[in-house]
Amino acid sequence: MLYRENGQFKTSYAADQQLLPIVQDRFFVWGLVLLAFVAVPLFASDYWFRALIVPFLILSIAAIGLNILVGYCGQISLGHAGFMAVGAYAAYNLVVRVPEVNFLLALVVAGAAAALVGVFFGIPSLRIKGLYLSVATLAAQFFLDWVFIRVKWFTNYSPSGSVSTSPVELFGWVIDAPRDKYWFVLAIVVVMTVAAKNLTRGAIGRSWMAIRDMDVAAEVIGIRPMHAKLTAFAVSAFFAGVAGALWGFVHLGAWEPLAFNVNLSFNLLFMIIIGGMGSILGSFFGAAFIVVLPLLLNQIPEWFGIPLSTAAISHLEFMIFGALIVLFLIAEPHGLARLWAIGKEKLRLWPFPH
Amino acid sequence: MNAKKLKKNWPVYVLGALLAAGLIAPLATGASAPGFFIEVAIGGLMSGVLYSLVALGFVLIFKASGVFNFAQGAMVLFAALALARMSEVMPLWLAFGLAILIMIVFAWVVERLVLRHLVNQEGVVLLMATLGVTYFLDGFGQTVWGSDVYKIELGLPKEPMILLQDVFDGGVLVGKEDLFAAVIAALLVLCLAVFFQKTPTGRALRAVADDHQAAQSIGIPLNRIWVIVWSVAGVVALVAGMIWGAKLGVQFSLQLVALKALPVVILGGLTSVPGAILGGLIIGVGEKFAEVFLAPVLTSKFDLAGGGIEYWFAYVLALLFLLVRPEGLFGEKHIDRV
Repeated sequence: MLYRENGQFKTSYAADQQLLPIVQDRFFVWGLVLLAFVAVPLFASDYWFRALIVPFLILSIAAIGLNILVGYCGQISLGHAGFMAVGAYAAYNLVVRVPEVNFLLALVVAGAAAALVGVFFGIPSLRIKGLYLSVATLAAQFFLDWVFIRVKWFTNYSPSGSVSTSPVELFGWVIDAPRDKYWFVLAIVVVMTVAAKNLTRGAIGRSWMAIRDMDVAAEVIGIRPMHAKLTAFAVSAFFAGVAGALWGFVHLGAWEPLAFNVNLSFNLLFMIIIGGMGSILGSFFGAAFIVVLPLLLNQIPEWFGIPLSTAAISHLEFMIFGALIVLFLIAEPHGLARLWAIGKEKLRLWPFPH
Repeated sequence: MNAKKLKKNWPVYVLGALLAAGLIAPLATGASAPGFFIEVAIGGLMSGVLYSLVALGFVLIFKASGVFNFAQGAMVLFAALALARMSEVMPLWLAFGLAILIMIVFAWVVERLVLRHLVNQEGVVLLMATLGVTYFLDGFGQTVWGSDVYKIELGLPKEPMILLQDVFDGGVLVGKEDLFAAVIAALLVLCLAVFFQKTPTGRALRAVADDHQAAQSIGIPLNRIWVIVWSVAGVVALVAGMIWGAKLGVQFSLQLVALKALPVVILGGLTSVPGAILGGLIIGVGEKFAEVFLAPVLTSKFDLAGGGIEYWFAYVLALLFLLVRPEGLFGEKHIDRV
């Protein structure tokens, strides 16, 4: 009754092509953004920001990045945590060596460095695909892991190999309190999301999807596979790099070598499988799911008065993740985002059955 | 040998030449201690045997069902854990038999709950499904069997022996258990060869590997074949886990080492059993040589914080190989090119 587009006529191209063509969607999204910027900081506690919301937002950026590559372009990557590491260390080195640099610029540099590395490790995708590519990207992951442990220059010759950062400062605004971190990360998430949404619905996004759906046919209609794949790798790694820099500077503050290890890569992949491949919204669902589930698993047994050891909980977490991956791949390959879309479709008809 | 064949197979020769150069160069520099050089090679071969075993299970499944089985490493860990914990309360042979049974049940469950529902899906989807199976199996195995480091006692002699003492100064140090492990692995491969070549089931498996549709049309039940081949891969995983566990103890880090089966199968060719074995040996020896002879050079040249290039050597080798010869050393020529 409330959610339908009847009577909303488009009279200009601009109106027809806008991001959210339905009035109710616009209200909903603006309301959501307003809620996130104003209402959430009023009610959420510091613990929530630290343990839940900030990690969720940062991982969402990384998941969007991986989704662009896997969900939109159909190229699998098991090395995205490696690209996050590139971003984090690029930003770290820039900030350490040129302290007066603006952190926003450092973020861009982080993304750009990750994009460069991403393109380099994406080159094999021009000759191989699918299963083979997973090994190529795994090579990226392990090689990058090693580089950041062993090459002393990257960690600024710190003896333990771990690096620590001072709080981010932006135009005199010191981003140290959990609430400030939240605002900063949220602003970046909004910008990145809009960028990703527009990229994926534009010409370049369509060329990625064409390559994903059938590369030979895409080539026949004039899409350059090399261009499409390498741009997908670049954009995807850019997102991962920005997320990595935020993860290091804003969330962790100080991190050890192997903070960006292969398990994080797998987790990112799980986010987009559970959330929905080929969907920006799905990246958020997946990231939320992966962040919330371990916390819930820690809490639920306590509520029921069944004490579980941390080891048992982490094993349980593994089992639930594994079972959910298989379940989603079988029952709902498009993930939570598809369930959301089904709900929206139902809402359009409600209260009538057809 | 004609020029055409030379042209077709040049990557193999290039790799051979590189390997030969790799073998000779350290010999030249390490001429003062050839015994040490041979010890490194043998150490590499030993880890190579284990990579080969993991890769073997991998190739079997890929040939029969087209599934890129990420879970092979988790299967190794799970089987080894089962064997280690059960052998604490019962004789080893009984525990081994029970572990085989468990792996067969596992194969059946995977076929029932996962593979059956994902028939005709893209390879990448299947790969991700096996990633899910990996996580589940890791969590499940450690919940059931515990997550400490366990030891498998095979009753093998521990003391190393010294060979070729009259040829080199100081001789060559070889662990007896390593030799036993190699013998067990060779026996396993022999059994598999007999199974595949001589039994009706083996023939059916080979038929499925050759052509799914043709095999199905002459009445070979694909689902049952999948269960059998996953069971065989489970047994291979069990043997690999047993050898590994006897040597280093059963622990979670086995998982990460077993991931190295991926570059091994890329190197050897996804559909080739001899390729898996040879690829495992090449990578085992290659990474040991790289670690012992190349890493110190790199470390001093670039002022690194230490070696450890074993960590990525196999993957980067596979990556380079993919660029030159994506079908691997012995794989089928036909491959999805883009």
